[in-house]
Parts: sequence; C-alpha cells; structure tokens
Amino acid sequence: MVSLAELAIGEKGDIVGFTDEKLSLKLLEMGCLPGSEIMMTHQAPFGDPIAIKVSGYTLSMRKEEAATILINKK
Amino acid sequence: MSTLPKIALIGNPNAGKSSLFNSLTGLRQKTGNFPGVTMDKLTGPWEIEPKKEVEILDLPGIYSIYPKSIDEELVINILGNPAHEDYPDMAIVVADASNLKRNLLLFSQVRDLGIPTVLALNMIDVAENEGYVINSLKLARELNVEVAEINAKKGIGVNGLKLAVNKTLANRYASNDALPLPVADALIEDIQSQFGEAEPYRCLLWLMEHDRMKMFSKAQREAFDHLTEKHDFSPKSYKSQETVKRYELLTEVVDRCVINLNRQWDAAPVKTLTDRLDKVFLHPVGGYLFFLAILFVMFQAVFTWATYPMDAIDGGVAYLNDWLKGILPASALTGLLTDGLIAGIGGVLIFVPQIAFLFLFISLLEETGYMSRVMFIMDKLMRRFGLNGKSVVPLISGVACAVPAIMSTRSIGSRKDRLITILVTPLMSCSARLPIYTVLIALVVPEKSTLFGMFNLQGLALFVLYLLGFFMALISAYVMKLILKAKERSYFIMELPTYKGPRFKHVALTIWNSVQAFVFEAGKIIVAISVVLWVLASYGPGDSMSKIADQVRVENPQLSGITLSNKIASEKLENSYAGHFGKFIEPAIRPLGYDWKIGIALITSFAAREVFVGTMSTIYSLGGEVEDENATIKNRMRAEINPATGKPLYDMALGFSLLIFYAFAMQCMSTLATTYRETKSWKYPLIQFTYMTALAYLSAFAVYQLLS
Repeated sequence: MVSLAELAIGEKGDIVGFTDEKLSLKLLEMGCLPGSEIMMTHQAPFGDPIAIKVSGYTLSMRKEEAATILINKK
Repeated sequence: MSTLPKIALIGNPNAGKSSLFNSLTGLRQKTGNFPGVTMDKLTGPWEIEPKKEVEILDLPGIYSIYPKSIDEELVINILGNPAHEDYPDMAIVVADASNLKRNLLLFSQVRDLGIPTVLALNMIDVAENEGYVINSLKLARELNVEVAEINAKKGIGVNGLKLAVNKTLANRYASNDALPLPVADALIEDIQSQFGEAEPYRCLLWLMEHDRMKMFSKAQREAFDHLTEKHDFSPKSYKSQETVKRYELLTEVVDRCVINLNRQWDAAPVKTLTDRLDKVFLHPVGGYLFFLAILFVMFQAVFTWATYPMDAIDGGVAYLNDWLKGILPASALTGLLTDGLIAGIGGVLIFVPQIAFLFLFISLLEETGYMSRVMFIMDKLMRRFGLNGKSVVPLISGVACAVPAIMSTRSIGSRKDRLITILVTPLMSCSARLPIYTVLIALVVPEKSTLFGMFNLQGLALFVLYLLGFFMALISAYVMKLILKAKERSYFIMELPTYKGPRFKHVALTIWNSVQAFVFEAGKIIVAISVVLWVLASYGPGDSMSKIADQVRVENPQLSGITLSNKIASEKLENSYAGHFGKFIEPAIRPLGYDWKIGIALITSFAAREVFVGTMSTIYSLGGEVEDENATIKNRMRAEINPATGKPLYDMALGFSLLIFYAFAMQCMSTLATTYRETKSWKYPLIQFTYMTALAYLSAFAVYQLLS
C-alpha cells in the first residue's frame, strides 16, 4: 500500500482510504471513493500539484493532499 | 414584490447550470469554465406555460451541500432556511450525465432537505460519446423524481423540462428518503423540539453547519453545540460516512440505469482532445512558455491594435471641440462645454478600445477552460508567496479591473490566502492605469524604436510595467504571508474541466458588459470631476483672476497676440483654486520631480486614477498653445517646458517617476469599497491604502533621484 503522491505518471491504483479526516470529505465529494480506480496523469513543474483521472474526469490537487490518499498500486 | 413561484438552479461547477439559466431566462450574464463565476445573485423570469411565469434563481456551483468556501456558504444559507426570502418553492438540479454519480450526490442531498426537486440531465451526448447509455425513465422511477433530458448549450429539451417542473410545482412532492445514514432518533427529536419541525436531514444540516448559517443566534449556536456534545455526535465523521453511504446507494441506482458500452474505461484508454492539449499546456517547460507567450501577445496586441481606434477617438474629440468653439460664442459656458465636459467625456471614451481588448483575451481564456490549467501550473510558484493557484484568476482579472477581481477571490477556500490575494490584487495594473501609461510612455519612450528590430519599445515598456506590478504584488504577498496568521490550512482540490470552444456570444457579452459598466460607472465620476476641476481651474479666490490680464500686460509690454494670451492663461491657472491646491502640496511631491500642475492631477485622481488624463487635458487646454488647433493632450504635455532648466518638463526621470507612482498607488475608491465589502472590516482597506501609497511614494522618489 502506498500513497497517491508516490505514483509516477501513467501508473494506476485503487483507493483504499484516507489519512486526513478533514480533507477526506472534500475528496469523497469529488468522487475519490474507496475502491475506485485512480490514475496519475500530470505533474506540474517541480512535481506539484498533480492531476489524476478518477471517476472519468480530471482532478487536480497538491502533492501533500495526494499523500493523504492511500492506494493499492496496480 | 413578485409572488411568482421560485425555482433554484443548483449543480456542480461546469455542469451547464449557467448555460441553462441563459437559455431559460434569456437574461444576459456570464458563464465560464472555472469555478466561481456565478457569484452574485442572478434571477430571471421563465415562462413555463403561456401566461405563467416562474422566477429562476441561479446559485453558485457546488459539489456538495457542505460548504468549503464562502461562495458555497450562500447555498446552505438559502436552502437550509425556509424563512429566507430566496428560499425556493422547488429546485432544478442540473447534472452532467458524463459524470453522473458525482453529480447525483448533490442531487440526493438537496432532495433530502425536503425541497421538491427536478433532475435535469445535461451533456447526455458527451456521456454517449464515452460509451454510456442512460435510461432516464428508469432513473426517474429509481430516484422517484421527474427527470428531464436537456442540452443546455443548444437549448434543447426545454419543453420536457417545463413539463417536469409544472408537475413538480403542482404536487409539491419532495421525494426525500429516510436519512441515508441513520442517527439516534432522540437527537433529531431534540433538534425538532428546540428549533421547530423539519426534515431529519435538514435538522442534521443545522446541527453540523450552524456556524456558517446566518439564521441562528449565538444562543442557538450554543444550544447546537450542547446537543452535539450530549449525543456524542461527530459532524466530521458523519459527513464522510454519509457521503460514502450515498455513493453506495447511488452506485446501485446508476448500475441499474446506465449501460456501459466500454465495460471499463481503462480497457481501451481513449486519447481525447483534452488529453492531447494538456500534454502541451501542462508541460513542465512548454506550459510556462505558452502562458508567457499568451500574456506577451496580449499586451503587445493591446498596445498596438488599440492605438488606431484610440487615435481616432482622440482626434475626433479634439475636432469636435474646435468645431464647437468655432460656431459658439466665446463665453464661460462654451468653455465649460468644450474644455470641461467634452474633454472629460473624451478622457473616458479613449479607454474603451483597450478595455475591450483586455476583456476579449480574459474571457477567451476563461471560456476555453485554459484558465484552470494556468492555476494548475502556477500553484506551486504562487504558494511560495503566500498565494494559491486560484489567486491567478483575480491577479489576471486585476489587469482589467480590481473590483471584479477582488470579488472573484470568493472561490479561494483558505481565508489567509484569500485575504492576501485581496490586498495585493490592486497592484496589478488595471485598465484605468493604461491611459496614464499610454500617455507617459509616448512622452518618454521614442515611438519608432525597436528592440532587436522586432519588438516595439513602447510595447515592451508597457509589458515591463505590468510585470513590475505583478512582481510587486508577489513581494507584498510574501511579506504579508510572514505577518498574517493562518487559522486553517489551504487546499487546492479542483476539477480540470475539458477544453471547450468559446461561446462567442458569451465573449461578446462579457466585453459589452464591462465596457458599458466602465463608461457609465467610472465615466460618471470622471466627467463630474472634470467639470468640477474646470471650475476650480477657471476661478480663483477674490478678484485676483480678473486682475491678471491687466497685470500681465503691464509687466510684459513687449508681448502681443498668441504669446500674450498664453501667458495670461498660464498666470490665471496658477492663481486659480486648483493652482493654489497644487502649490499647497508641491513641497511634498517636489522630491518625486512633480510640479504643482501634476499636483492638481494627483489630488483629483485620488478617488479614481483614470481622472489623471482628463485632469491633464483640462489643465493643458487652459494653459496650452492655442495656435496648435489640433493639439491633443500628448502633444501639449510634450511641449511643456521646465522653467528651471528650459528643457522639456516631461523628461525620462519625471516620466518614469510618474509611471512608477501610478503603478503602485492606491487611487480607487471603488476598490477600497470592494475590499471593505469582501473583508467586512475597515482594517483591510486601510492597510491596503497605506502600504500601497507608501510603496508608490518611496519608489517614485527612488526612480526620480536615480534618473535625474
């Protein structure tokens, strides 16, 4: 199990859970659900923020926010 | 007051809510691709049956009923409070069919509040292109609501929506379920006994969000806190668990109503246009280069293209004035009309081409969805300075006008980031500074010169001034980051919408609205100040003015004709009320290189900086060379001689000192008023005014002393 922040571009994983309660609500509302597949698609210059594909759309977030999403790497 | 049935439009950002609002009401308003455009309350009538109208209320785009920023707070303040004057009779939830589950989350929350709700499925064509076929009849049965298929952009499906709305308005049926995630009955009963009968979910919303809801008094808030403690209820974990539970229920519904022709989206990854464009625009090097290139083209173009209509306006006003002076009898009234009123109106109209070009670029960037990519690539950079990727939009909009720019900071979730963005946005060179820059650059930078034979030096100087404003904003933000304390942490979880072709009607409307607002709002002040100024410059204390003509003749017996009348005019200006004001502050501005004439302009432009050029034209029409019939403000200033050196007054040192002063000075009442409104405190406009004025004075001082 790794955090989303550790994925390289093009890598995928399934969401397992969240480590930050406050952020988790926002992430859930945006469609980052436990069990759903997530793919790293872009990293801004200096590797931060990142963009992921989840639930069929593109979502961007900071690396520190991505680090609160735990995933099973595929 | 209207007693029409009220319908609230609710939906995720980018779900097509604003497009639907436009096609239903025909009212003119702006829609964009980035979160936070629908800010102010927008309403409009919609005829759902012949002679039967309803009132549509467009609410800010939200992802969930639980607010994360202050523009989202508005939604629960209306939907959570049946006594609110905007509380709707029913709601239309606009859902993006290509992202159905996430959009249904909000729908189910609104419905559970007990508000009769119609589901409007938008972007079905997009969903079908991606291989999803939605059985909307089945969806309606499963969710127990009326569902209408619409295409908001093309205005298709409005009749079906009318039918659905009419039915729902007639039966007032709210299809709310029991709570998706049960809580203790005693908790709901306690809330109901203390705060009145309400749906269980509404009771919970009150309990969890009472701090953000204006309907509750301090005592009621304490009562809620007490109940939370008494029942050992955790709002945070309830919200998360509720969201997961809702998604579980919605997944079952969607699985029954949607056929996925691709099975899994990862089975055959399709490269969409958005994916390919993002390869370029989000590229670590290319992305920045592209953004810089866009900005550079924008300013280079604004400066060169806009000069043609501007010269035409400038020349036209001068021609009109000369013509009027020719046919009207020479009197004080003619002077007021030509040198006061028409010169003032000319000073307003001359902005129009540049404002139009700037808004053309800004609205194109918003419309296409490129603006959120800019936020994405700029976030890391901005964060170092205490800002946020979302600060880029206010900063870029600030190039047009700080007032809408400051209002657009409402979508920034973190209070500290938002406050800093508000405080530094006026340092961005707004369109009101453009005419000042234009006039002064034309005076001190040679027109025909180029850098490397390709870049117009005047255009380059303008670009540098804009960059200067931007960097000063960053530096100020950094200082404030160190001073201000943060209570909450900032976050940057944001949808990157797909790229779309711009809707040219919206772009045209944006340009039209901003030009109109400028001409009528700012124009009123400018014209009024121009007239007042003309009076101040034409009259003086006591009978000093009437004596001047004789006095000059006595003192300068060798003068005659034009030279004599010029001498008289400038002596008169010096002895007028305006001249006295200017002389009064001259000692304070002498170190910056300014004389009392510029002092007059500084005073008058304190309320609104765009008055500067109008003031200059008034001052120099009064004291200028009459023999040059078509002389415009630029030429008149160029001809001004520094009495001390005998050289042109507007040399490099003075020109750049003035440019820097106007780049940094806080000279806009509307901006200060907006800062007050957005921060709800006089402290921040005061800070803004003080630090910017100090910055302007010290920088102008340094520039003048270095260059002269």
